[in-house]
Amino acid sequence: MKYLDEFRDGQLAQGLAAHIRQAVAPNRHYALMEFCGGHTHAICRYGIEDLLPDTIRLIHGPGCPVCVLPSGRLQAAIELVERERLILCSYGDLLRVPGAHGDTLLKAKARGADIRMVYSISDALEIARAHPERSVVFFAIGFETTTPPTAVVIRQAQQEGLRNFSVYCNHVLTPPALRALLAAGGEVDGFIGPAHVSTIIGSQPYEFVARDHQRPLVIAGFEPLDMLRAIAMLIRQINAGEAIVENEYTRAVSAAGNRKAQGLMEEMFRVRPTFEWRGLGWLPDSALAIRPEFAEWDAEQRFEMPPIQAADHKACACGEVLRGVKHPQDCTVFGTACTPEHPLGSCMVSAEGACAAYYHYGRFRQAAAS
Amino acid sequence: MSRRDLFPRRLDIAHGCIEMTHGGGGRAMAQLIEELFLTAFDNEWLRTQDDCAQFAIPASRLVMATDSHVVSPLFFPGGDIGCLSVHGTINDVAMAGARPLYLAASFILEEGFPLADLKRIVESMAQAARQAGVAIVTGDTKVVERGKGDGVFITTTGIGIVAAGVTISASRAQPGDAILLSGAIGEHGMAVLSQRENLSFDTPIQSDTAALHELVAAMVTAVPDIHCLRDPTRGGLATALNEIAQQAGVGMRLQEAAIPLREPVRALGEFLGLDPLYIANEGKLLAICPAAAADKLLAAMRDHPLGQEAAIIGQVVADDHHFVEMKTVFGGSRLVDWLSGEQLPRIC
Repeated sequence: MKYLDEFRDGQLAQGLAAHIRQAVAPNRHYALMEFCGGHTHAICRYGIEDLLPDTIRLIHGPGCPVCVLPSGRLQAAIELVERERLILCSYGDLLRVPGAHGDTLLKAKARGADIRMVYSISDALEIARAHPERSVVFFAIGFETTTPPTAVVIRQAQQEGLRNFSVYCNHVLTPPALRALLAAGGEVDGFIGPAHVSTIIGSQPYEFVARDHQRPLVIAGFEPLDMLRAIAMLIRQINAGEAIVENEYTRAVSAAGNRKAQGLMEEMFRVRPTFEWRGLGWLPDSALAIRPEFAEWDAEQRFEMPPIQAADHKACACGEVLRGVKHPQDCTVFGTACTPEHPLGSCMVSAEGACAAYYHYGRFRQAAAS
Repeated sequence: MSRRDLFPRRLDIAHGCIEMTHGGGGRAMAQLIEELFLTAFDNEWLRTQDDCAQFAIPASRLVMATDSHVVSPLFFPGGDIGCLSVHGTINDVAMAGARPLYLAASFILEEGFPLADLKRIVESMAQAARQAGVAIVTGDTKVVERGKGDGVFITTTGIGIVAAGVTISASRAQPGDAILLSGAIGEHGMAVLSQRENLSFDTPIQSDTAALHELVAAMVTAVPDIHCLRDPTRGGLATALNEIAQQAGVGMRLQEAAIPLREPVRALGEFLGLDPLYIANEGKLLAICPAAAADKLLAAMRDHPLGQEAAIIGQVVADDHHFVEMKTVFGGSRLVDWLSGEQLPRIC
């Protein structure tokens, strides 16, 4: 397939892997964090670790919007749909994420709540058009990549005068999360940055990683060769004692990003003073809320949605996994009490969760090691 | 009394629809059965109009299988619920290495369902059964109120006979065996998915729905000691392999590069984030046989129109964890896990 096969070529991969093996210094270890869950899945799905020397350790970051959504925000959605008897549209991934006391949207659906799985916010808008007598709420989650489409659709709803449609906004921002990880310390030698986010925000917002924390960051695409190349670029910087922001994904990312999309986000959203992340806690300036001018399309302003504090399951180590402090297999309930069928934490549910990636693609390594 | 006296006005197939009376056991039901089902499926057993079919079976091991069909939409590129319901059960019977003989068909119809659509479905079933050389010898019709069904659900049950000396079961897969696949994966699931209301993709993908018993017959003739056959339907290739691994207490090692996959399926999978390994097939089979017989079996499969793209995709290994692992095209290894959750509801 054009534009894909080129980035999955096994022979090119062998060449790059050989280059990396030669480049690594013999007596040092490299801890590299890929921020984004999409990268984690590419690593596991293509078996990228098999091609790397043992001295390179990949640490998985918090870049999974489903994973970082705190239980309380999810529980608020469950209570909203059951109390207001409205139609809640959600991505499939969210349906099985545990809220308070293990409740899920899927269980609410089985109890009779009208919860519809959609592939995009446009599908939710379509449902609102088709059911003018019902209130329709879209459960918006995601980093900067998925935020502009939310802005476009809210504006569309405004233009159409569609008053039965609103958005439960849970959009979060990448740089503040990275800032929190760096502030917490840790031994990460370099970062792989998410290319899709950078198609919107550009590479400039990551400059602080290099400038203030002296860590290299390479923005990489999601194909396996992109990742190998980014790893090679990071190794080069680390060996040379450099710390700059480099762009591997030159086919779509520029320093300034997509100004039009940024403008749309600016027009529609304001930055929340603080927002709770599962695993990372309350982070300042880390999430977006819909501006008061568009209050009519903001579920949080339209309906009563009191903040809910819900504790995660006691045995769940999602927090440590999201901070990169623990590997999925280090969690005591990984693959035993917590499986994709019966998840105790969000990282086992999401298609971008590190635990799900290890469970689906990498369990045999753990078995071989024991 | 002549039929004309019993049903003075013929069913209005073009404009009519299913009413509650069509399942009520009275004259309306009798007319529906006679004018629609009997006409399409016509055979000596149905003509008796008994509640059951009677037939003699050659002294042999019998195979029996049943399958319910709830696919949505009812009509999709390359097929419809009618032919699918015939192929599905024939294939289940054939996976024991059996020759399918007879089918029973049970319909749950929703009030308001257009008779014209029902006729199309029934004729598609009749054609599929005729082509397969399998008679639909008995059946049942029930009607549920509007909103309590989704047009039509069809359950088919089939019986067949297995030749002496043929013992095919997933439990026979053993370390060292070769794993063969009859052709490209993911086509049925993607064809159905591409027609879903909220997706509507314009793709050339057609369902691969087909009756596999003749391919199986050719394979059993070439290699009577086939250990295991399975059609990877719901949950796709990955699920079928995991089921076999679990059942036989073995592991599997696959080569991604060897698995036949057509470009449009791969492209749509990429686009939707769906792994073709988990997408349903309705006209493909997996075969596991002793490694020494693999080439002969492969040649027999490739000689048959439904096995032209057959390939050896991996081998069975000893593995206490019963893992299905795959060497990726990229050069690494990954687990091919069980399907988690419901990837595509109502695919067959």
